Amino acid sequence: MKRLALLATLALFGGTVLSSQVQAGATFDAVKARGSLNCGVHTGLAGFGAPDDKGNWAGLDVDVCRAVAAALFGDAKKVKYVPLTTQQRFTALQSGEIDMLSRNTTLTSQRDTELGLNFGPPNFYDGQGFLVPKKLNVKSAKELNGATICVLPGTTTELNLTDYFRANKMDFKPVVIEKQDELAAAFFAGRCDAITSDSSQLASIRSAQASNPDDYVILPELISKEPFATGVRHGDDQWFDLVKWVIYATFEAEEKGITSANIDSFKGKTDPVVKRLLGETPGLGKALGVGEDWAYQAIKQVGNYGESFERNVGSGSKLKLPRGLNAQWNKGGLIYALPIR
Amino acid sequence: MTIQDPKTASEIASHVEEPSQAELKAPRRSALMALGWARENLFSSAPNTLLTVLAVALLVWAVPPLLDWVLLKATFLGADPQACRDAGGACWSFIEVKHRFILFGLYPHDEHWRPLLAMGLFLSAIAISCDPRFWNLRILAVWGAALPLCGLLMWGGLFGLSFVGNDKWGGLPLTLILATLGIVLAFPLSVLLALGRRSDMPAIRAICVGYIETVRGVPLVSVLFMASIMFPLFLPEGMTIDKLLRAQLGIMLFTAAYLAEAVRGGLQALPKGQYEAADALGLSYWQKMGLIILPQALRLVIPPIVNQFISCFKDTSLVIIIGLYDLLTTAKTALSDPLWRPFYIESYVFAAFIYFLFCFFMSRYSQYLEKRLNAGLKR
Repeated sequence: MKRLALLATLALFGGTVLSSQVQAGATFDAVKARGSLNCGVHTGLAGFGAPDDKGNWAGLDVDVCRAVAAALFGDAKKVKYVPLTTQQRFTALQSGEIDMLSRNTTLTSQRDTELGLNFGPPNFYDGQGFLVPKKLNVKSAKELNGATICVLPGTTTELNLTDYFRANKMDFKPVVIEKQDELAAAFFAGRCDAITSDSSQLASIRSAQASNPDDYVILPELISKEPFATGVRHGDDQWFDLVKWVIYATFEAEEKGITSANIDSFKGKTDPVVKRLLGETPGLGKALGVGEDWAYQAIKQVGNYGESFERNVGSGSKLKLPRGLNAQWNKGGLIYALPIR
Repeated sequence: MTIQDPKTASEIASHVEEPSQAELKAPRRSALMALGWARENLFSSAPNTLLTVLAVALLVWAVPPLLDWVLLKATFLGADPQACRDAGGACWSFIEVKHRFILFGLYPHDEHWRPLLAMGLFLSAIAISCDPRFWNLRILAVWGAALPLCGLLMWGGLFGLSFVGNDKWGGLPLTLILATLGIVLAFPLSVLLALGRRSDMPAIRAICVGYIETVRGVPLVSVLFMASIMFPLFLPEGMTIDKLLRAQLGIMLFTAAYLAEAVRGGLQALPKGQYEAADALGLSYWQKMGLIILPQALRLVIPPIVNQFISCFKDTSLVIIIGLYDLLTTAKTALSDPLWRPFYIESYVFAAFIYFLFCFFMSRYSQYLEKRLNAGLKR
């Protein structure tokens, strides 16, 4: 709790200083002049943003950085990754150390307003859940009254947990361990009845650390909404627009079935939506202040949203997360591109 | 790495040999001696006997499973985490797969020879500095050559080496740079602070006391927090000071405050007569300090100074909170790979082993130094 208070103070302080410092239109021009994008990422979260054995960055969030760089410079490699901790991430954005924050950050009203940020469309919908051993025979989170629960300290996870149990008039005993891997190890060693975290995390913990993943089940209740979105700071709407529409373009490409592999075969097709996305109908690029092939480059070099999902967190990855809420809107998910026209 | 006079080493060896030859001649006597020694030292009284039995039981209980885990059931080769799980022991193949990332962090993979070479140079320069024969102007020449060369290797950008920004530095080189530069730069500053604190001039004294007490009053974590989170907010937007530099300065300023108090301890331990004698000789303030006081005072406080060095070396691992990839952070980040996540003990043991090597060297070297510098006090 002490740390939360410290963070709140820091964040508040940051917000106050920032509000006196906002400059208009600066980010877009600065990034363009610099010739590379400073993108804030996680220090190491598999599937979302982590360096591989050779130090190359990969992940769903990292792909957003690459797509924006591809749209702006025509080269997805022109990104300087700035690994940030949970505490640092907003200050780094506010102080101008980074141009955009793509670091599985939950979009909340307070962050949108008080911290002086703008958020693009969420690129991953998550929610906090519970993982329990099957042998406990628990079918619902409502049956967890009196349970011992493993939880990371100092995060919204801990607060959500308390809120949920209070709202349902239940008790729990927390087991608080600072490090995610040790927390999970404690759970699998039987020190607590359940472990709570974002459900994507639970899935990866289960597949990576359980001796037999089939012995554990994720309960159906999600006790929080965690939409992860890309943040930029207030004060440069042109920059915000670019980030926002690059992300929508990757959504739209998936809906239209355009992938990095087949995009060239869509050239010359008559579908007006595709023609606009590929830049064959000019105008969009000019409006955004970038080349007309902005979306083409992003899709060609990084891939559409679905490709990125499967490669980093889905079936093509070690995490093997189902699409779930992150499927396209016409397939039962929440991924919905606004019309690009 | 331990510096040892070869002559004394051979002397020790010959000493060891002598009793063993005697043993050959009279095995029974030595067996009796062993028994006598055991009775005298291990079973002399009831509590002693109890403790001996308990200690042996503890060893029997702890050593075989540990040996099992570390060696017998461990997996050493192969890039298959499943093989590790099946074997049930330590998974050293995790280290085999990830050691380059743990040692060098985000540094471009094909260029790893550069930080390796730079580290070699850096360590050689440190080793040379430890040799008393180089304690003169030659040491400046050594560092004057080594530091730019290390910088050239790490940054590149010249002579066909590709440029690597220091945001990509990581692992052991980063830990070594942060610790060594932190210590080397903090030391002179700490001497000045300690002298300032004992100065007769009120303004200087107040500044030094204020600095030392402020910095000692806050944890290193908050110094780093200030350097990395608060400080940028006060700069104009778009202007940033290098993160590594900020952390390096933070560590240096922090260490200096602690060292200053250790040095002050030495200054206060010297008898007043030494100061007065120096004054009586008509030496200036700096001559007095440089020739008479500091050489004696610093010798007295070698143990606390080395203590501070060791703690500074380990404190560099706190840069994790500002997103720098030091050795401990890379060991942790290597674990974010879901395939290898269960093997965090191996990762931490590996990092601990490297930390231990350096800290143990420092502690041995300080013992050697004490012996050497105190040679004049022995009869």
